[in-house]
Amino acid sequence: MSKIVKYLKSLTLKEIRQGMFLTQKYFFKRKFTVRYPEEKTPKSPRFRGLHALRRYPNGEERCIACKLCEAVCPAAAITIDSEEREDGTRRTTRYEIDLFKCIYCGFCEESCPVDSIVETDIHEYHMETKNKKVITKEQLLAIGDMYEEQIANAREQDKKYR
Amino acid sequence: MMETVIYLAWTMAKILAIVLSVVLVVAYLTYFERKVIGFMHARIGPNRVGFLGFKLRGIGQPFADVLKLLTKEIIFPQKANKFLFVIAPMITLATAFAAWAVIPFSDGLVLTDVNAGLIYVLAMTSLGVYGVIIAGWASNSKYALLGALRSAAQIISYEIAMGFALVGVIVAAGTLNLSGIVNGQQGGILNWYFIPLFPLFIVYYISGVAETNRLPFDVAEGESEIVAGFHVEYSGAAFALFFLGEYANMILISALATIMFLGGWLSPIGGDSWLAQPSILWFIAKTSVFLYVYFWLRATLPRYRYDQIMRLGWKVFIPITIVWILVAAVLKVYQIGPWF
Repeated sequence: MSKIVKYLKSLTLKEIRQGMFLTQKYFFKRKFTVRYPEEKTPKSPRFRGLHALRRYPNGEERCIACKLCEAVCPAAAITIDSEEREDGTRRTTRYEIDLFKCIYCGFCEESCPVDSIVETDIHEYHMETKNKKVITKEQLLAIGDMYEEQIANAREQDKKYR
Repeated sequence: MMETVIYLAWTMAKILAIVLSVVLVVAYLTYFERKVIGFMHARIGPNRVGFLGFKLRGIGQPFADVLKLLTKEIIFPQKANKFLFVIAPMITLATAFAAWAVIPFSDGLVLTDVNAGLIYVLAMTSLGVYGVIIAGWASNSKYALLGALRSAAQIISYEIAMGFALVGVIVAAGTLNLSGIVNGQQGGILNWYFIPLFPLFIVYYISGVAETNRLPFDVAEGESEIVAGFHVEYSGAAFALFFLGEYANMILISALATIMFLGGWLSPIGGDSWLAQPSILWFIAKTSVFLYVYFWLRATLPRYRYDQIMRLGWKVFIPITIVWILVAAVLKVYQIGPWF
């Protein structure tokens, strides 16, 4: 008997009809698409995007060339050269990050004793030639200057979990 | 002499009108398909390309796609048979378009009103399989060959069920002329052939889906198994021709289903009101419903396994159609209802 019922069900396409009703129901449902350049999904303050070098409020760069970030970097993407400045402090003369090598793990930021190197939440960037993949100290400082408010704000929000 | 020239020019103009409208409909069918499937996936589908800086919900997408395909290079695989490689998409396209010659869009609005129109359509859609086989063989690629074999076996098996389903219509209408078949269904929705021939109607439509290698019967393309089947080696304009042929065939199947089971250009309501007037708009509306069901099925069902497709074709559809042809014959002999 159940065999006959099953046969009739498959002959009348019962399950296919059920499936079709379901898809038709979804046809009228609200769509989940985010229209990307116009709409954006919220980003966490912990988002790890493009790097930046920060400064103290008096304009002095934070980085003291301890090279902890260079040492901890699992992808060996950071290159640092340092020298003694006229006032006797140790400063970097070269601070470069190879963005193609970088895996955006955030270890450099975690290792930094003076909160100098940070990863901002900028992720919409591109290079137009291959040799632009290495960003220099000047570029990193410029990014830091431009987005300082945003960077400080994100660090503030995440402070209690660090 | 003059008359012949005018006749030829007039016929060419008609052919051009049909071909152009089919191509345009195909272009927007791809857009419609992506929108419908997107909506059923709770996405919004293409919404970027428009005209003159206006997005217009992506209405320019088909033209962007066509331009992209036409400007791309046609790559010939190593040791491919170039002549056959080039001619295969043309066969697919030519047969898909040739069948439109006998489709009546409205009363008298038909290129050639031949008596054996139905047979001609069946012949043309069957010839389309040569394009597929030749494409698969000429590509010199194992995926293409596998796809062609699958496609050929599938099209040939479903052709039989499809042909049997149409025998029921021929029995009911008593003619092979497509306009004659539509005129046999006059007098409102209750007189259409899909009521007495309902199983044949379903079998015909599902066979049509299988015949055009559309989902859920697209094992000939089967992206996850054989990449893209018979047209895996095609690119650029040649690929566009296959695409065009496939979609033109889909519209053809839908148009035929409309003509044979849903009364073509006839209105579903009887009487004398303006809605009851037969018109090409009814034909377009009914055809659109079938096209929508194509995409609806695609969004709903997963791909059938190859043996399941063969079982469905040979062990389910053919017995059903044979039984129902007998039923139709009995109904015809006793002149039952308004249909026979």
